[in-house]
Amino acid sequence: MARTNKKSPSWKKKPAVRTKSAPRAARRVVVLVATRKGAWLFHGDTQRKKWRVDGPHFLGQIINHMVLDPRDGRTLLAAAKTGHLGPTVFRSTDLGKTWKEATKPPAFAKVPEGEKGRVVNHTFWLTPCHASEPNAWYAGTSPQGLFCSDDGGDTWEPCSIINDDPQFRSWMGSEQDGTPDGPKLHSIIVDPRDPAHFYLAMSGGGVHETFDRGRSFTTLVKGLDVVGGFDKANIAVHDPHCVQLCPSNPDRLYQQNHCGIYRLDRPSQEWTRIGRNMPKNVGDIGFPIVVHPRDADTAWVFPMDGTTVWPRTSPEGKPAAYVTRNAGKTWQRLDAGLPKNQAWWTVKRQSMTADAQNPVGLYFGTTSGEFWMSRDEGKRWECIAQHLPEIYAVETAEIG
Amino acid sequence: MKVLIPTPLLSYTKVPEIEASGATLMELLADLDRQYPGLRFRVIDEQNAMRPHMRFFVNGEQTFNIRQSLRPTDSVQLVQALSGG
Repeated sequence: MARTNKKSPSWKKKPAVRTKSAPRAARRVVVLVATRKGAWLFHGDTQRKKWRVDGPHFLGQIINHMVLDPRDGRTLLAAAKTGHLGPTVFRSTDLGKTWKEATKPPAFAKVPEGEKGRVVNHTFWLTPCHASEPNAWYAGTSPQGLFCSDDGGDTWEPCSIINDDPQFRSWMGSEQDGTPDGPKLHSIIVDPRDPAHFYLAMSGGGVHETFDRGRSFTTLVKGLDVVGGFDKANIAVHDPHCVQLCPSNPDRLYQQNHCGIYRLDRPSQEWTRIGRNMPKNVGDIGFPIVVHPRDADTAWVFPMDGTTVWPRTSPEGKPAAYVTRNAGKTWQRLDAGLPKNQAWWTVKRQSMTADAQNPVGLYFGTTSGEFWMSRDEGKRWECIAQHLPEIYAVETAEIG
Repeated sequence: MKVLIPTPLLSYTKVPEIEASGATLMELLADLDRQYPGLRFRVIDEQNAMRPHMRFFVNGEQTFNIRQSLRPTDSVQLVQALSGG
């Protein structure tokens, strides 16, 4: 891909800020559901009322993420491993009719004999690069590493400084740190105005941004809380769960963190904890956060129980999404259609997403293998599928 | 030489017994990867270590040495522990 350095921050240029602008023409939605035991594609009709299920793909394999390239509308990548086989990436250019394995999946550099090198356990996150860089992708792994591909996901190389940088390595911690199945590099977000500017998040290890394609990074943790007793100045203890950039205002980011919900309006470098405005009995702990494709004041979260031993279930067994329509000043509960009680599942960080239709469709998958959607921005929820394996990721693609 | 393949790798080889060659286990794995691209990385990591739960037997004897010498008459068995849920 053609890579050039851009030194001026994106927000110094005139941003293409649009709020509540006109929606795009309706297209057909395909929802990509990645689970602990395989992947499924749900093809919606034009009204998003009927769904045709296609799957399982890779039955028995752990699929952490599945993403369709919006730049060509045909390249579909799936990050896979099994319980015991090593990690790989599968590619399809016909919406999953046929798959081909990556020639060179993400892998850390081989170290000299006698030294202990890192080994990719699984690829956790896939992000297409900038619209001007066809076939270029980023991948985040566990243990934490950043990889890139210039050929549509066929071959991957370590990229940027962070995989081997001593400072970053100390922030990443060991495999005993971070999430139970290994610390993860996630939320790789490319600035739509500048291919050299992107964000990434590490659980644990904080949020970081680069303006030179990963040659150098600035840490963005000011304003974020950490678990009680720890020093906020220690980047290693910062645990962002999910970061999203608003397509209608690329200078606004939202974050669901281990310690609350936040908003960041650039060029500020200080996050504001907007989760303080959530109901006290629900709190502001969770994994996913979803932004509206055309309204930067609107975002959705799906809270979980983060008390005592962190059950990571719906609070009180009563699942609900919450929406803010004013950038976090107030939140409204959205639970119509969801179980009223005794529902002890939750939604993981990649398992909730939106489409770009009007009204916006929302989608989430649960740890108990249910796939839910709302075609009216969360006013009412409908269960599309039950009895799937534990759902790890839900992404939408629009085709046709 | 004859190589026995465990069921999780049949998506690569299609059959449980194949022929491959190599003067060492590492060379044998390289030949397997030539015949069945992608197979090697599923069983050997980027630091040339056997992945957890992957076991290699040469003539019925378990080995953890990827540089172990092989003879054309040897029989190699790849075994995968199917633990977990």
